[in-house]
Amino acid sequence: MKKWLQALRRNLVALMRRPGAALSVIFLLAITLAAIFADFLPLDPLRQRVANALMPPNGTNWFGTDELGRDIIARVVYGARTSLITAAGAVAIAAAVGVPIGLVAGFFGGWRDAVLMRFIDVLLALPGILFAMAMIAVLGRSQLAALIAVGVTGIPSFARITRAQVLALRKRDFVTAVESFGGSSGYNMFRTILPNSWSPILVQVVVLSSVAILLEAALAFLGVGVPPPTPSWGEMLRTGKNYLYEAPYYAILPGIVLTLTILSFDTIGRALTEILEDRHDTGAGLKPEGSKA
Amino acid sequence: MDAGTVTTVGNGSVSEPVLSVRGLEVDFVGSGHPVPVVRGVDFDVYPNEVLCIVGESGSGKSVTALAVSGLLPETARIRGSIGLNGTDVTSADDETLRMMRGQEVGFIFQDPATTLNPVLPVGRQITEGQLAHGRLKPADAPARAVELLREVDIADPEGRANQYPHEFSGGMRQRAVIAMAMAGKPKLIIADEPTTALDVTVQAQVLAVLARRQAETGAAVILITHDLGVVAEVADRVAVMYGGRIVETGPVGDIFKSPKHPYTSALLQSIPRIDATEARLEPIPGTPPTPAALPTGCTFHPRCMLGNGRPRCQSEDPALRPVGPTQMAACHYAEEPRPTPQAATVRSAPAPRTGGEPLLAIDDLKVHFPIRKGILRRVVGHVRAVDGVTLSVDPGETVSLVGESGCGKTTTARTVMGLIKATSGDVRFEGRSIVGLSRGAMRKARRQMQYVFQDPFSSLNPVLAVEDIIAEPLRIHGLYDEMGGDKRIAELMDMVGLSRTMFGRFAREFSGGQKQRIGIARALALQPKLLILDEPVAALDVSIQAQVLNLLQDLQKELNLAYLFVAHNLSVVRHISDRVAVMYLGRIVEESERDALYDSPVHPYTQSLLSAAPVPNPEGRRARRRIVLEGEIPNPAKPPPGCTFHPRCFRATERCRSEVPAFLPYPGLPTRAACHHAGPLRPEEVPGPARDLEMVR
Repeated sequence: MKKWLQALRRNLVALMRRPGAALSVIFLLAITLAAIFADFLPLDPLRQRVANALMPPNGTNWFGTDELGRDIIARVVYGARTSLITAAGAVAIAAAVGVPIGLVAGFFGGWRDAVLMRFIDVLLALPGILFAMAMIAVLGRSQLAALIAVGVTGIPSFARITRAQVLALRKRDFVTAVESFGGSSGYNMFRTILPNSWSPILVQVVVLSSVAILLEAALAFLGVGVPPPTPSWGEMLRTGKNYLYEAPYYAILPGIVLTLTILSFDTIGRALTEILEDRHDTGAGLKPEGSKA
Repeated sequence: MDAGTVTTVGNGSVSEPVLSVRGLEVDFVGSGHPVPVVRGVDFDVYPNEVLCIVGESGSGKSVTALAVSGLLPETARIRGSIGLNGTDVTSADDETLRMMRGQEVGFIFQDPATTLNPVLPVGRQITEGQLAHGRLKPADAPARAVELLREVDIADPEGRANQYPHEFSGGMRQRAVIAMAMAGKPKLIIADEPTTALDVTVQAQVLAVLARRQAETGAAVILITHDLGVVAEVADRVAVMYGGRIVETGPVGDIFKSPKHPYTSALLQSIPRIDATEARLEPIPGTPPTPAALPTGCTFHPRCMLGNGRPRCQSEDPALRPVGPTQMAACHYAEEPRPTPQAATVRSAPAPRTGGEPLLAIDDLKVHFPIRKGILRRVVGHVRAVDGVTLSVDPGETVSLVGESGCGKTTTARTVMGLIKATSGDVRFEGRSIVGLSRGAMRKARRQMQYVFQDPFSSLNPVLAVEDIIAEPLRIHGLYDEMGGDKRIAELMDMVGLSRTMFGRFAREFSGGQKQRIGIARALALQPKLLILDEPVAALDVSIQAQVLNLLQDLQKELNLAYLFVAHNLSVVRHISDRVAVMYLGRIVEESERDALYDSPVHPYTQSLLSAAPVPNPEGRRARRRIVLEGEIPNPAKPPPGCTFHPRCFRATERCRSEVPAFLPYPGLPTRAACHHAGPLRPEEVPGPARDLEMVR
């Protein structure tokens, strides 16, 4: 629908007025574009030149090479792909499952609410990293496993945010009005309440993206992330730490990029919350929920 | 400017003003340009007088009061002088202000529910300020609290002092706030809409207490309100504010009798009156200006009949100047005769009831909400929100349901609409029962009746553009194209007086009155025969109410609509209704044709309600005697036995305590009433001056 695109544009404009948030948007945009168009760049993350292993920064390899002589910049750029795909997939899963659960639980209340929210409580009780490792143990080391694991741990936050939003909107007159001229519950949930709930959900998307990237990196750091030789920031940090004496620059670039990415997502999330709280046109100004794994 | 430097007060003596405000200007500095909210206000308040500041939203009346008390937020920039007993408030430091607030000024805010701290006993709160100022020894505080509560007529003050605010009813809370404001014997009391959140019978109690305490202490009172009825009841002098300035000031009698400023006179003509019926309202065109976008010159000129577009009004902001011996007005042409209002179109007398099939028939409708307790959610009782309502609405007729909050009028309306499930009883629309219909059948039935909500700010979906809001009922019923699509929407917008150029705008871009028009257009989209109007003008500014009421009357004539009109405002109800039903605690206690009900009510509750309603006529207030009802509406979960009104009734006898009165026709009148002792009000039943509000004047 074009209405929420408008809202999205409005939020984006408001974001660009804040210097910190604007820098974050630009940084993430750059990372994303680099990840998407990496194939067209003169970078190859897999080409090994063992003779050039652990080279310090130089003219051809601006941030040096790794233990197999692969270009670190290339691996960081392709690593962004891994991170962003994991984040996008995880957020998609979490939102696709969590939002409808929250909608139904909040809208109907009663036993549906009790059953669904107890299920959410169970999910919430699972420690993210342990659950992810268990998933990987079952599904094997793959990007899909990491993505599903992160996605499932993100479901509760979406369900709870949406439910809180529905509860705030459920008793508003414009929802009752739709009921009064004969709109069905489904119409009310998806056509009236959901479009009014995009703002906090959007904030949650941003917040969960950073959680997902961090969790993916953590899994890779523990050696259970995407299988080699696919590049991943966490994987690079893990290997890089073994060469901290010989090649201290190894871990610098992936570390900086990872930190900046997380920082950018969080900055945008915080700015969005403030922007949406200032604006009174939709329901309750809700803080994003979600703890760092 | 000398805004009444010398004023004689009630006792005829001349005295120094308690408060003297000169050239007060307040700007709010936000992110953009500073917004001028108050633009040069001068006034004085003398001991033992009540100054009412009247104005609509955005007129700057509340900000003026906050400036006087030094309570403005930091984003406000203040210029001018505010002299309170010789101290200048604008330049005072925090400590002086703090002392001043305890001793010189007392405050009464609009909502007593938020003024009191919920975790402190009421008794402790009302003496807290005096303790903090060291004017009361901690050991004496409990006794003083009891004394203060007794002074504001709270029954059992010893017991009540230890209770928490949630154990107090709304009226008692506001009286406790008055006690708190009076605790330091301040010389000035500022009351900001003190009764707006209260019901009319409770409002009468609170105003009576405020007036009596004021007379006893000789304090000066600034009462801020939008309700001209309240002004006429309590004011000595009036200051009318518009667009951040005082546009007229003078003694209350003169202002009401011969208003000099065109805004004041237009305002007086635009309010529905409980003491007159037939005249069509003369609404003020347009909407009150917002402080961020004030018109040039005289801020009232775009809406003014007198100025009539004269260039001087558009370029020069008129100064407040004396017009006549007692009044001052800010108008270039205040002395000119008013353009005579258009010949009042008389509302045709209600058509005699046809006796045919009513459009809507409600038959012994009951709605009980279960109260559940404990982990097992066992039902321990019922809230009898609606407890046996029988009412019918004929085609083209307006029937009003009137009553105080909690009487079940909105629940009745929503149950008729099918938004709440009926516990028992029947609702028939055109002869067919609509209770317990299947989803599909209910959907069809709903096409014939539509609901207009009280609060236009929350009843429109904020993410939809105006045309989509109005089209939504058509789309839901799949009739959008069949009914003519965009053309139908444009037609509906014309019908309610909205311009087609507003297509594509969102709800938040409209003013309150426009939003309510959108709500009405949406309700008309499906061509219903019945509109259920739930307090449709209660949330609107006074000058906008008249516009919407006239629109409703025009639409009714044009489309032969029937209205079920739910309201608490007796003046509005008298203006718009053919028949009126008065509800009390879930039941209709009296129902009659409009004039019969207002002119010769027979149920004691109706009589008290009518007597408590403030009349915008200061002349009459000395002659008027009012019945001030004791107590408040009982808890509908535990209604009193017998007649539910008996604990507050001045006619109650033993029989009323045990036997529920039947709802029976009253001989000689088109009235039905549920009372064992129904009958006209006898003179000896009206309390003597000892209980009267006017005693103190």
